[in-house]
Amino acid sequence: MSMLALNRANYQRRKLGSIAMNLACTLAAMIGIVFLALILITLLQKGLAGLSLSVFTENMRARGGGLGNAILGSLIQTGLGALMGTPLGMAAGVYLAEVGHNSRFAAVVRFVNDILLSAPSVLIGLFVYQLVVLPMHGFSGFAGSVALALLAMPVIARTTEDILKLVPDSYREGSIALGAREATTVGRVIIPAAFGGILTGILLAVARISGETAPLIFTSFNSFNWSSDLTKPMASLPIAIYRNAQSPYPELVQLAWTGALIITFGVLLFNILSRLSHHFISGRR
Amino acid sequence: MTAIPIEGSRKFHLGDSAFKALLLLAALIILATLGAILVILFLAGRLAFQQFGLPFLWTDAWDPVRDVYGALSPIIGTLASSALALVLAWPVGFGIAYFLTETCPKFLRTPLGVAVELLAAIPSIVYGMWGLFVMAPLIADPIQPWITANAWMIWIAAIIALYFAFSGVVGSALGRTGLARIANGVFLLGALAAIGYFAWFRTDLPVLPSLDNPFWWWFQGGAIGGAGLFTAAVVLAIMILPFIAATSRDVLLTTPQLLKDGGYAMGATRWEVLTGIVIPAVRGSLFGAVFLGLGRALGETMAVTFVIGNATRAPDSFFAPTTSIAALVANSFPEAVNGSLKQGSLFALGFILFVVSFLVLAMARLLLRQGRMTG
Amino acid sequence: MNSKITLRRFAVGAIAAVAAFASLGAVAANADEITGAGATFPQPVYTRWAEQYAAQGGDSLNYQGIGSGAGQNQIINRTVDFGASDAPVAPERLASNNLLQFPAVIGAVVVSVNLPGVDGNALKLTGPLVADMYLGRVRMWNDPRIAALNPGVSLPALPIAPVYRADSSGTTSIFTTYLGSVNLAFNTTVGAGSSVSWRAGIGAPGNAGVAGAIRNTRGAIGYVEYAYAVENNMPTPQLQNRNGQFVRPTTAAFAAAAATADWAHAPNMAASMINTAGAANWPIVSATYILLPKNPTDAGRSLKVMQFFDWAFKNGQPAADQLHYIMLPDAVRNQVRQRWCQVQAGGHAVWSGCR
Repeated sequence: MSMLALNRANYQRRKLGSIAMNLACTLAAMIGIVFLALILITLLQKGLAGLSLSVFTENMRARGGGLGNAILGSLIQTGLGALMGTPLGMAAGVYLAEVGHNSRFAAVVRFVNDILLSAPSVLIGLFVYQLVVLPMHGFSGFAGSVALALLAMPVIARTTEDILKLVPDSYREGSIALGAREATTVGRVIIPAAFGGILTGILLAVARISGETAPLIFTSFNSFNWSSDLTKPMASLPIAIYRNAQSPYPELVQLAWTGALIITFGVLLFNILSRLSHHFISGRR
Repeated sequence: MTAIPIEGSRKFHLGDSAFKALLLLAALIILATLGAILVILFLAGRLAFQQFGLPFLWTDAWDPVRDVYGALSPIIGTLASSALALVLAWPVGFGIAYFLTETCPKFLRTPLGVAVELLAAIPSIVYGMWGLFVMAPLIADPIQPWITANAWMIWIAAIIALYFAFSGVVGSALGRTGLARIANGVFLLGALAAIGYFAWFRTDLPVLPSLDNPFWWWFQGGAIGGAGLFTAAVVLAIMILPFIAATSRDVLLTTPQLLKDGGYAMGATRWEVLTGIVIPAVRGSLFGAVFLGLGRALGETMAVTFVIGNATRAPDSFFAPTTSIAALVANSFPEAVNGSLKQGSLFALGFILFVVSFLVLAMARLLLRQGRMTG
Repeated sequence: MNSKITLRRFAVGAIAAVAAFASLGAVAANADEITGAGATFPQPVYTRWAEQYAAQGGDSLNYQGIGSGAGQNQIINRTVDFGASDAPVAPERLASNNLLQFPAVIGAVVVSVNLPGVDGNALKLTGPLVADMYLGRVRMWNDPRIAALNPGVSLPALPIAPVYRADSSGTTSIFTTYLGSVNLAFNTTVGAGSSVSWRAGIGAPGNAGVAGAIRNTRGAIGYVEYAYAVENNMPTPQLQNRNGQFVRPTTAAFAAAAATADWAHAPNMAASMINTAGAANWPIVSATYILLPKNPTDAGRSLKVMQFFDWAFKNGQPAADQLHYIMLPDAVRNQVRQRWCQVQAGGHAVWSGCR
């Protein structure tokens, strides 16, 4: 066989092999995407079936009822958690980007931050139980907020650092040349310039903590009452879903699906908002 | 024109250092949080180690009546469900990443990519519910009976996959040498023999697991209501799938186009460019993505508690109910009396989980950073 | 300075949000709420009583069914106002934690199955047989031992899937005490307690979780409080009692067992009604207990708890009947009221009915 023919046969074989593997990858992708789409479709189907005004206005009960107090509790605890975690996270992010740079210490802080970012949330719940619930002699919405703040803090620190590193050095140099202090530089020049990205980080953190269940089990307990008292146990949507899903009563299971839909929708909304903020509020010149 | 304030120059410096001190405080708080978690988990858990010693790690017991606790079953459950989830999720996730970067039509790329990232954000409790109500009944009937009845097919598929993996590893390690060919040949013979065995001797498996034939009992065992190791692994796999896909896609995108173009210029096919150029270039980062997914899967509570069966026994088949550290802690912690051995054991389990996650995540970071540097 | 304006707007928005949250607190705080936690065994009747009590102007009750073990733990830590447990607490633990234990209501544990073609009370089982199922010794529904008891029932070749409580449960304590008393192997291998080392089956959280698991699994067998089985129309097989009679789980059978309880001599009023002698007795009946601190820091809240149960003792019969629970005998209710005098604050009893 001539060299040319050999090469052509070889090439055909290789091409076939490549097409086959491409097909395999596409098939795998299809399988994955189909599964994920199925989940969303199931969620929509089952969740929408139970969606009504009473879900938002009625409290959780042993039979029937709604998710009103759970939604309120989630809003409060997520809001407070984000409020407590944001200053800490931002300060740490600013430290890593502006002060620490590439020092050994900053590298350690970065590493530890990443570990905290991906740490199992159930362990954070245990931690806050020992730290807050036991000394306070009771479950409370406050303890739940603390747990959520601890989960939000690393996310915000990481995104703040990443976005601050993107701000050009000319901003800092110009500010210092004008005689501004470090605090002024950071507060009035750099952060406003990076504002969109920071908001992205905060919204991402909110999206993450609004879906957490395990840490709330050990800290804010649950409640059947319409309450926003932070020193008392507080209901939350993830726990409501958790308890209702395992109930044998069909209307409670339906509530669980609707709650899952609400939470997913909320999380997706925050994620989309965070992307939009990154796009539109960038402060670039 | 703004003049540098001279009168206030002392305040100038003080403000600066005060501000930096505040920032440093925040950084220290992050360090302190990790330290505090480790310390609290360890201190609260040392009761278990004091009582049972190191054998606590490999004893299969969880007897609250006799107050004897061993960590083996939750540890095995955690590792097995995460590993199985990774095996199931990684090919699909990588396939999605490859699809998104190479074969997908351009107009679909961004929307699909965004969709995958959004899916990664869905709370795990939603996956848990879906697993309980949709996946578990499916696995109870028809998936698990089918697998049990056709376990020989699974074995054959596994052997084929193993052969490809083996030849891939040998190929990258030894190149096209004679030694590689011999190794490949030997393995191929062995694989063919094994395939022949399973195809010939496929048996009608009894419904209940029995230890008579070790090749089969792993696929037996009633999935009670579909709850068990396999279901938990499937739910976990679907949960970490978008995560792995998004991270792998980011990694693949960092490959310099120049490298790929060079490969295409020499006449390589798409697949050869992928396996011969792209993957070796980003191999470290890809492993990092895998470890990141593993780290996520290890700590999952909600997705797993619903479907893992909550049996504090080490699993004796793929479908056996078992437990994981996170699920056991979530279930048993509220009732453990303060200062009791049970609570100490749960904290010890938490400590073990944290250490394992720590190691996996540290490994992931190292690999991701290495991969980035060699790009 | 586009971003500056946005920053300002954002800051204003954030402050407004915080203010909104804070104002919500002012509006909706509920200070008269009694918190209790524990057994899921009596949860249906407690929540029904709570609804009726609140409707009549009483305090609102926040009862979380998290399992007897967790309930005991919470009241020991004083994180709730009262704990609820089906498993009576050991006297030493009551003493060392300064807790008062009193029964509130009586209920029954029944076995439920999910077998195609088997409904209502058709299936007959015995205690030792059920124990063997939970030990993994009887593994298929068409086992000869089950068939021998049920000649007219066609039993499918389905694996038996035992379901138990994943959380620490008084219902488990009651059930394992019963199984241990009729099956020696069960007693030595597994033992009795709120949380045991089960040899076979899967765990589900709460009575509700077990009921759900049974409903979703073909071939399942599990144990639940009677109200859960009835509410969900689940099959409840007959059990053979101590006298050798196969008894249907009915309120009459429960009441017959409850009548044999020896309240006078039970330590801390923990009278056993398990495997009692009597032709019509259901073998798994138990009271469920409330735990109150004897030295409460907030006497007012303990008083509210006692007032709630006092109301329930007087007006709770209709709800209990509807949900198939059995009220305590009148004499026992008065005995409980006398025991409330042990809750002391500031040197005198909190309950108003004490001398």
